[in-house]
Amino acid sequence: MVHSMKSVSNHIRYDLGLIASWIDPGSRVLGLGCGDGELLHFLKKQKQVKETGVEIEESKVAECIEKGLSVIQGDINEEVEDYKDNTFDYVILSQTLQQVYEPSKLIRSMLRIGKTCVVSFPNFSHWKVRMHLLITGYAPVTKQLPYQWHDTPNIRVITIKDFRKFIKEMSYAILKETAINTDSQDKRGDIVKVLPAFRATYGIFMIGNRPD
Amino acid sequence: MSEYIEHDIDGNSVGIVKKKVFTCATPPDGMLLDNGVKFGPITLTYETYGTLNMEKDNAILISHALTGDAHVAGYHGEDDDKPGWWDIMVGPGKGIDTEKYFVICSNILGSCMGSTGPSSINPDTERPYGMNFPVVTISDMVKAQRLLIDHLGIKKLLSVIGGSIGGMQVLEWCVQSPDTVFSAIPLATTTRHSALAIAFNEVARQAIVADPNWQKGDYYQNGRKPDLGLAVARMIGHITYLSDESMRFKFGRELQDKTDFSFNFDADFQVESYLRYQGKKFVDRFDANSFLYITKAADYFDLENQYGSGSAVEAFSKTRAKFLVVSFTSDWLYPTYQSRLMVKAMKKCGLDVSFCEIKAQCGHDAFLLPNERLSSLISGFLDGAQHEISK
Repeated sequence: MVHSMKSVSNHIRYDLGLIASWIDPGSRVLGLGCGDGELLHFLKKQKQVKETGVEIEESKVAECIEKGLSVIQGDINEEVEDYKDNTFDYVILSQTLQQVYEPSKLIRSMLRIGKTCVVSFPNFSHWKVRMHLLITGYAPVTKQLPYQWHDTPNIRVITIKDFRKFIKEMSYAILKETAINTDSQDKRGDIVKVLPAFRATYGIFMIGNRPD
Repeated sequence: MSEYIEHDIDGNSVGIVKKKVFTCATPPDGMLLDNGVKFGPITLTYETYGTLNMEKDNAILISHALTGDAHVAGYHGEDDDKPGWWDIMVGPGKGIDTEKYFVICSNILGSCMGSTGPSSINPDTERPYGMNFPVVTISDMVKAQRLLIDHLGIKKLLSVIGGSIGGMQVLEWCVQSPDTVFSAIPLATTTRHSALAIAFNEVARQAIVADPNWQKGDYYQNGRKPDLGLAVARMIGHITYLSDESMRFKFGRELQDKTDFSFNFDADFQVESYLRYQGKKFVDRFDANSFLYITKAADYFDLENQYGSGSAVEAFSKTRAKFLVVSFTSDWLYPTYQSRLMVKAMKKCGLDVSFCEIKAQCGHDAFLLPNERLSSLISGFLDGAQHEISK
């Protein structure tokens, strides 16, 4: 069954609202690939966090700075290297992991500069993706993954199960995990509790270092 | 920086403004300069726009570049044909909104636009200083500005903003007086000149000193000024403010008022004619010695060495400001990599920093040209800073 849940806020995308609900007020937050700053702006206003963002696209960086956010234009893979250990309470990578060339390196850096990190990604094992490939024989094109094989920026194919396995292999701890059903720009959505690997469009994880 | 003074299309202006004068460092005390000399008196010409609020926390200092002056915005008289040099950015409802902020700009020490410089009269000799003027540094310029800000009764500047050599002053302010600077916007600038930048400055300076009319800098009283040398210096400078792209776009290989080559050494190409015009226009308003002194100060500027024993991280660890660093894609005088090095060091110090590289084809001068992106970046950043300072 699908648990209906109202959007965390009327003003923010459903998946971002869920991430926001995991963030403690007043904490230090780094948003990697923060886009136009929707989540950071929400966190700054609603939870008084000390925000920093990294975004590569000039126009989006400009949108962020115009909102009064502290954002650096640059490549997330390089920019994470400059911060000292434990600079942040949370490092967020929202819907970007599928575009990262060296995910393990990036996540290691994220957990060096932050105490915890939050990662969300489109779930490639959603039933529509499976059906698309099975029936049509073409590489899946869905609302969440709207690109053709030749023009997609999404170079990594990740499923919720894959990600769990990956975190386990990297010896990190999954602190929180949720699966949701929403499309990428939707303000509404549901948490998927039954058969998430099959029925969720996105997975959201909070990971941290294993206690020694 | 070049001159791009344009009337604001919207007609928004701070209106008629007045030059003001502040004199400090009067002898025998004077002001201790980086070269070890106590120097004074120092007069700074400055202008202000907008109103200082009750809390005195809405003051913004603008630092000008090589050939700029205190006249940032507005007009000196009804029949002025041109407004101040950054009128497109400073005024009611503009990027730096004079309805919200109290804006100050002073002409730098060593210049010739009203502040004490080599063309000023040395009170000891009652003759212009010429080469007896001390070689001043960016740090000395900022020291003098600090005296002005003290005089205005301002303990904290909401922001210090400037491009190019003005950006160097911004960085210098942040290190020299960290408690005074709440936020800072260094535009199209660097923590130290590259060999390329020094090289261009040196060629420009050589053009001046090689002019027989330069007369070892003592040319003020016999009516022969090194105009040719200064014009060439300006032409060289001007090339570095543009870009390959903008020159291709603006001039290409077009000829000036002719259809064929002249087969002599007149200005055939439009770009030649343009540079000659810029050079000629410049000598009417600028002093050759000031050009020598200010370019030297820019070449000497080295934030890493002066404040961090060679380390940018150590230098920036002395600052506390919230930063907005901006570079421009086609700026080859202070290329983006130099801004990135700055940002990297700021990040390593845990400073609050934003950085944007604006796509622009017009080279180093981009910061002076109408650019909506730049205006909205500055305005958004300042809104945020104002909100935080009043917390």
